[in-house]
Amino acid sequence: MDFATEQPKFIQLLVGLAVFGLVVAALLLFIDRAPKRGHERWQILGFLAPAVLLLAVGLIVPAIRTTWLSFQNGDSSAWVGLDNYTWMFSQSDVLHVLRNTLIWVLLVPLLATTVGLVYAVLVDRARLESLAKSLVFMPMAISFVGAGIIWKFVYAYRGDKDAQQIGLLNQIVVWFGGEPKQFLLNPPLNTIFLLIVMVWIQAGFAMVILSAAIKAIPADIIEAARIDGTNAWQLFWQITLPSIRSSLVVVVVSISIATLKVFDIVRTMTGGQFDTSVIANGMYDQAFRFGQTGRGSALAVFLFVLVLPIVIYQVRSLRHQREGR
Amino acid sequence: MTATAGAGAIIAPEPLQAQPDSAVKRVRRKLNSRTASIVSILIAILWTIPTFGLFISSFRPENDIKTTGWWTFFSNPQLTLDNYNEVLFGTSSSSGQLASYFVNSLVITIPSVLFPIAFAAFASYALAWMRFRGRDWLYILIFALQIVPLQMALVPLLKLISTGVSIGGLTLLPAWAPQGVDRFMAVWLAHTCFALPFAIFLLHNAMSSLPGDLMEAARVDGATHAMIFRNIVLPLITPAIAALAIFQFLWVWNDLLVALIFAGGNAESAPMTVRLAQLAGTRGNEWQRLTSGAFVSMIIPLIVFLSLQRYFVRGLLTGSVKG
Repeated sequence: MDFATEQPKFIQLLVGLAVFGLVVAALLLFIDRAPKRGHERWQILGFLAPAVLLLAVGLIVPAIRTTWLSFQNGDSSAWVGLDNYTWMFSQSDVLHVLRNTLIWVLLVPLLATTVGLVYAVLVDRARLESLAKSLVFMPMAISFVGAGIIWKFVYAYRGDKDAQQIGLLNQIVVWFGGEPKQFLLNPPLNTIFLLIVMVWIQAGFAMVILSAAIKAIPADIIEAARIDGTNAWQLFWQITLPSIRSSLVVVVVSISIATLKVFDIVRTMTGGQFDTSVIANGMYDQAFRFGQTGRGSALAVFLFVLVLPIVIYQVRSLRHQREGR
Repeated sequence: MTATAGAGAIIAPEPLQAQPDSAVKRVRRKLNSRTASIVSILIAILWTIPTFGLFISSFRPENDIKTTGWWTFFSNPQLTLDNYNEVLFGTSSSSGQLASYFVNSLVITIPSVLFPIAFAAFASYALAWMRFRGRDWLYILIFALQIVPLQMALVPLLKLISTGVSIGGLTLLPAWAPQGVDRFMAVWLAHTCFALPFAIFLLHNAMSSLPGDLMEAARVDGATHAMIFRNIVLPLITPAIAALAIFQFLWVWNDLLVALIFAGGNAESAPMTVRLAQLAGTRGNEWQRLTSGAFVSMIIPLIVFLSLQRYFVRGLLTGSVKG
């Protein structure tokens, strides 16, 4: 590393922070000195304008533009109607992408939530509970790219007959007398090996939320069940599970959304080759590598359509909540 | 069934009969807790061993990593820092040069954490404590934006930055093709926009749970909104701000997609995740670089995470549907 080449970056950082400081200071001043006439209108504007402007420029207008672009051709020079969408549902490789996304979104929430729930129940009030939780929670702090490398190493394969395996999984296969395999090369199982990485990351999230929900179950309910002679198994199915239902929904929904948009893991581990691509990865390839803006946009819109029911559900439950207040 | 058993126990408390029953129960409970311990330890091992293997490998000599499994380390322990030295400071184009990318990650992350928090705090205050028409609708809109995949915004936002904005011949924003360190600004902008919905949701939750009497009293005393915001609201919601900061830090530091699109792919502006993804793709078998490189990128988030886990968990519990 040469410090001279790094210096401009730090200058950029300082300038950026200084401008930011000025903007915030000016905003506060504006709110404070805003004309008192016209009620609080100017002050409200001062508080809201930056965020609303950024949201409009960075999210709302672009999202509308993307929908627009999805009806145009690769370089956005002509209208093509629904061609991009018929392309999506007729090409076999795109259909594979959609199928893979479906596999991800079915399996990851199920497996991650199950592991998280089982673990949360088992370590609840056990010795060293917080350490035990930290261990499973830790992958949350690791980037998907880092996690991809960690697991690529677990799946590593060496072809020579006499060579020792360096990947743990292949070594275990060898210990049990099997032949080492190229886990990431052979569809359709390679998609399963990729999504295990996502399960590994998300289980900690599920565990933390569900563990908090379990702790919130009133102690006297559990005590009453104990006195009634309920065993651990019955306690789990009859008391714990019904009590944490709403948290379970939150966990499954959150993990499903995260899984739908998964990109980094596939990018790092296979680059979408060997029939492992998912929607977000296909969208990136089409829009930013192959210059097919229309097709990339159509995939993005499809992704949005998939989460739309969740958006509607969330908005409805929020309005319900607010009316209840 | 359980209810009748309980009732029976209350009506006829016979200690002699109860004793063998409770002994059986005790044995069963012990067995249960034994299986419980075994299963939970198994999960804990499964969840830590991949990271542990990578960690051990990053300190082994190149030749050892490539020819023997990391578990053989325990029978033949050999440690070296060469991998770290090479991946951070090596000068050849294939070596990683992660030190430069590390700086980029820092330069990208600090503003991308501060900007959205500040603007979200301003907006949340108005949404929580000022009265105006359409307030609830605006909040619901922002709330819904959390779930919109950011893939929906990538292409047009990149276009917007590179071609500028003009309405009816009037140029509102000039065309801009950021090069070199200027690219950082595009990344900051993108991260700030994408973070706002979740940030506003989290801070709005914290602010609207503050007692209304407090604001009322301050208003009566003649405090302006700016004063209430700065002196009363902000200090009271520091835990929520801390949680949000950790979230946003982990999100930006670990992000690959936004960086790939807005920061480009070279040492001038791309963060570590981009470089690691490149190394994993083109030099997928150079494990000495990948293992040490992955650890360099993980060290800061792990420290932040382990030391501030409490705040992070609290933030997770408040809202967990980030888009």
